[in-house]
Amino acid sequence: MTVDLEKVNSIIEKYRDDREAFIALLQDISAEYRYLPEEVIRYVSEEIEVPVSRLFSLATFYTSFRLEPRGEHEVQVCMGTACHVRGAPRMLDKVTQKLNIKPGETTEDKRFTVETVNCVGACALGPLLVYDGKYYGKLTQRKIEKLLEGSNDEDDQSS
Amino acid sequence: MMKMTSPAELEKYRSSILEGIDSGRPSVSVCCGTGCSASGALEVVSAFERLLEEKGIQANINTKITGCHGFCEQGPLVLLSPGNRLYCKVTEEDVDDIIEETLLANRVVERLLFVDPVTGEKIEKEEEIPFYKKQLRLIFGDNGKMVPTDIRDYLSLGGYSALAKVLKGMGPQEVIQEIKNSRLRGRGGAGFPTGLKWESCDKAEGDIKYVICNADEGDPGCFQDRSLLEGNPHLVLEGMIIGAYSVGASQGYIYVRNEYPLAVKNFSTALEQAREMGLLGENILGSDFSFNIKVVRGGGAFVCGESSALITSIEGRIGEPRYKFVHAAEKGLWDRPTVLNNVKTWAAVPLIINRGAEWFSEIGTEQSKGTMIFSLTGKVNNTGLVEVPMGISLRELIFEIGGGILEGRKFKAVQTGGPSGGCIPEGLLNLPLDFEKLAEVGSMVGSGGMIVMDETTCMVDVAKYFLSFTQEESCGKCVPCREGGEHMLKILERITRGEGEERDLELLKEISDTMQCASLCALGKLAPNPVLTTLKYFPEEYLAHIKDKKCSAGVCKELIEYLIDPEACTGCGRCLKACPTGAISGEKEAVHILDQEQCIKCGNCMEVCRFDAVSVE
Amino acid sequence: MVSITINGREIKTDQEDITLLQLARSEGIGIPTLCFHKALLPYGACRLCVVEVTGGQNTKIVNSCAYPVREDGISVQTNTPKLKQIRKNILEFLLARCPEIDMVKKMASGLGVKEKRLPEKSLPEDQTEECVLCGLCVRVCGEVIGKEAISFVHRGAEREVAAPFYSQSKDCVGCTACHFVCPTGAIKVKESGNKRFISPWNTEITLVTCEMCGISFAPENSGEYLQAKLGLPAEWLKLCPQCRRKVAAETMGKYDFTSRNVILKK
Repeated sequence: MTVDLEKVNSIIEKYRDDREAFIALLQDISAEYRYLPEEVIRYVSEEIEVPVSRLFSLATFYTSFRLEPRGEHEVQVCMGTACHVRGAPRMLDKVTQKLNIKPGETTEDKRFTVETVNCVGACALGPLLVYDGKYYGKLTQRKIEKLLEGSNDEDDQSS
Repeated sequence: MMKMTSPAELEKYRSSILEGIDSGRPSVSVCCGTGCSASGALEVVSAFERLLEEKGIQANINTKITGCHGFCEQGPLVLLSPGNRLYCKVTEEDVDDIIEETLLANRVVERLLFVDPVTGEKIEKEEEIPFYKKQLRLIFGDNGKMVPTDIRDYLSLGGYSALAKVLKGMGPQEVIQEIKNSRLRGRGGAGFPTGLKWESCDKAEGDIKYVICNADEGDPGCFQDRSLLEGNPHLVLEGMIIGAYSVGASQGYIYVRNEYPLAVKNFSTALEQAREMGLLGENILGSDFSFNIKVVRGGGAFVCGESSALITSIEGRIGEPRYKFVHAAEKGLWDRPTVLNNVKTWAAVPLIINRGAEWFSEIGTEQSKGTMIFSLTGKVNNTGLVEVPMGISLRELIFEIGGGILEGRKFKAVQTGGPSGGCIPEGLLNLPLDFEKLAEVGSMVGSGGMIVMDETTCMVDVAKYFLSFTQEESCGKCVPCREGGEHMLKILERITRGEGEERDLELLKEISDTMQCASLCALGKLAPNPVLTTLKYFPEEYLAHIKDKKCSAGVCKELIEYLIDPEACTGCGRCLKACPTGAISGEKEAVHILDQEQCIKCGNCMEVCRFDAVSVE
Repeated sequence: MVSITINGREIKTDQEDITLLQLARSEGIGIPTLCFHKALLPYGACRLCVVEVTGGQNTKIVNSCAYPVREDGISVQTNTPKLKQIRKNILEFLLARCPEIDMVKKMASGLGVKEKRLPEKSLPEDQTEECVLCGLCVRVCGEVIGKEAISFVHRGAEREVAAPFYSQSKDCVGCTACHFVCPTGAIKVKESGNKRFISPWNTEITLVTCEMCGISFAPENSGEYLQAKLGLPAEWLKLCPQCRRKVAAETMGKYDFTSRNVILKK
């Protein structure tokens, strides 16, 4: 995969004077490419003169980074305590069952990536999932079914 | 916006804002915190804007988008003044009625009022709703009154008067003394006396010093910091500026969890506005004190809420905690004296400066002064953010403010302090909430999380849940936490699968002890707490799982069975259709049968059954 | 001068920057360690070196490898029942993680582990875990060699040491310092012809072949690194140490050192 390094250059330039802002730099790259391409990491390491091992360490330690491309739709099921006591594990089961993948994986057709997240701070709406940045609360297995099936629609499924 | 070059100029500007406010003008405040926004609050706001314009009256009504009001269970919330009427669970379809009935005709829309779950009474005014009545919303109360991204709102409520007071006539040591006198203790978990921390930093050697705001609120179930940063960012900012002044720091950082984009946005806006007005940056309010703040986003690691890991993360490295034999106040960020405090701690500072340490120290208990903002969630009726004086009992908090248990069930336990805290059983409900009392029973105040549990919660499952959380978030550096925690988790997993043995309990206790004594940081040291407290207060549940292979709460999959009651089943077939494995069979209008061999315990059938014919054993 | 007691014995020191571990060991008091190395900054990961420090009413358990001896009058215990339990547990954990490693087995037996109470870590295809995650390799590569070719990746139970993207790091100079400091032998070095293989970094280093005698002696990129760092002449690095000495001796042999001006012999 050839990666557009122009964009990387402008990100590197942005942090030119901020020597330790590696995490922010990686976050910008992650926002741009929706994951951290190996090519880009190696290029950045050369440009900012920081060992690749350090960037690789950061990329694998922090959960907001992915080294594999994400699917078209991102499904994040909240597994925070409040959601847990309201049945989040069953909701996660429903999602993984429906899409036939485990948390952290992407479907073969690259349409969905499923992740768990530990509390997004909307506890009154538990159990909850975040779908492409939108919050869907007071989940039931039915609602999940409809959401994943109707992923092409523009329906607002919030409670 | 003009730059204020003196405290006096600021006061003049504030007066002009206050003069411009027409208190007779009706106003509509719509809560748009993350929770309410997810429930459709933004659509409600659009509806107001659209309809008010259509009716040609938008100029006469003040429409405000505010941050979190705290009463999340009842959102979207709309607060109307005059009268302080609160409408709950408002949808965009209700907006027309609100305008016509309440705003224009001063009549109440009954169906939108809060209904007390115990008395059935409809309550109109916000301050009379038990949820709010029993609170002491000193820090959180302004959330519902202001647009967080408009500094003028903050000024109109008295904002930055503490900073002005400090810069006008209080020396740095005087400020520190005031905070010491207030006996404020850190609200991030450790409860360290804030004044002492500031004093150590002030006394430490070095010209370059830092202040940091820990906004890496990672405890699942906690969202107070998020709500404060989203809803009243200037309050936190003002606290930080005062703190920086007192210790001589010229640079500050706020480390915000990556999962809080709105908090980052609103706080960044607040920084911009404060800079424009000369409240941040060079020569604040014309003094020779200069201070700036940078926003740093977390990368997604709960361990970065631990102070040394947070500092390491700002330094651009992985969030590994360090051994701390020298306090951060002496050697912190880049080995320089650093004050690191939680969002809620910083937020208390302007209050203390304005109203005095003596006033503050009269609230709370002997050892724990002031108020604490708790996040009340789980199986409780009124889920939300609750600010109460330290010393209030758990019972009052959960039953009078929280409105008791959902669906009329029975209280079983409450987890306080998140994954580092412990479960407290019914027998201890009269416990006053303060740092010492909670620690005595094996739990902690922590960052204020309160997860309420009922009889459908399995305590062994809860222990397993928390341990799997701390294991997922462990940095993995030290052996006791990484390996010990994993072994404890494996044991709990076996127990919840019905493969536990009695000696497992002794092993759990021994490993817990080693983790508590020998782990490098608080994550590892406190990770065993949920296990130890559930073992202490609910030993019979563990034994039932081990000896009888039973889960009385009906949670642990391998130990439960779903059963269809032949008496209640009408043969409607809903469960059959909902079953993903085809484990249910039956003819139309005949009793349906569940094949246990095929059953994967997903619970679909119970969810869809309208006749209560499906139960869990 | 700071005066403390260790295991009841009064010990004084006027050394600045001395740690409890160093002080104890210099006085003949044994404290086990795993992730400690005198050439590296203390890391505090293994927790074996923990001791109990009492000052006033408070007793705390700290890692002695990094605890500075600064407080006068503290009392330190290095081998209480609690500390023994902690060390025993730590070795139980390490033994469960690396059941086949001799050094771990020996330490476990030495620290009181008698029975196996914990399930062993199983890896696919009959592999066995050999790394105890002490971090000595990462730290020596970073602090002493200055190359940071390897690092800790992932976290928690998934934590491991790896080269970036699990493939050979271009920063590796093939010095094998990592292999040298590894306590379990998890880092293996094999040489064949002019190649040096360092597993598990999937690293294949090309060695310089001596222009004179033909043996392979040092990594090419080590040579380049040293050249750049120390300004060594390029010719030096084309000959193995033995041949270099031969050439030096021959060159020296051409000069008459007995004369007043050192001149070439006839």
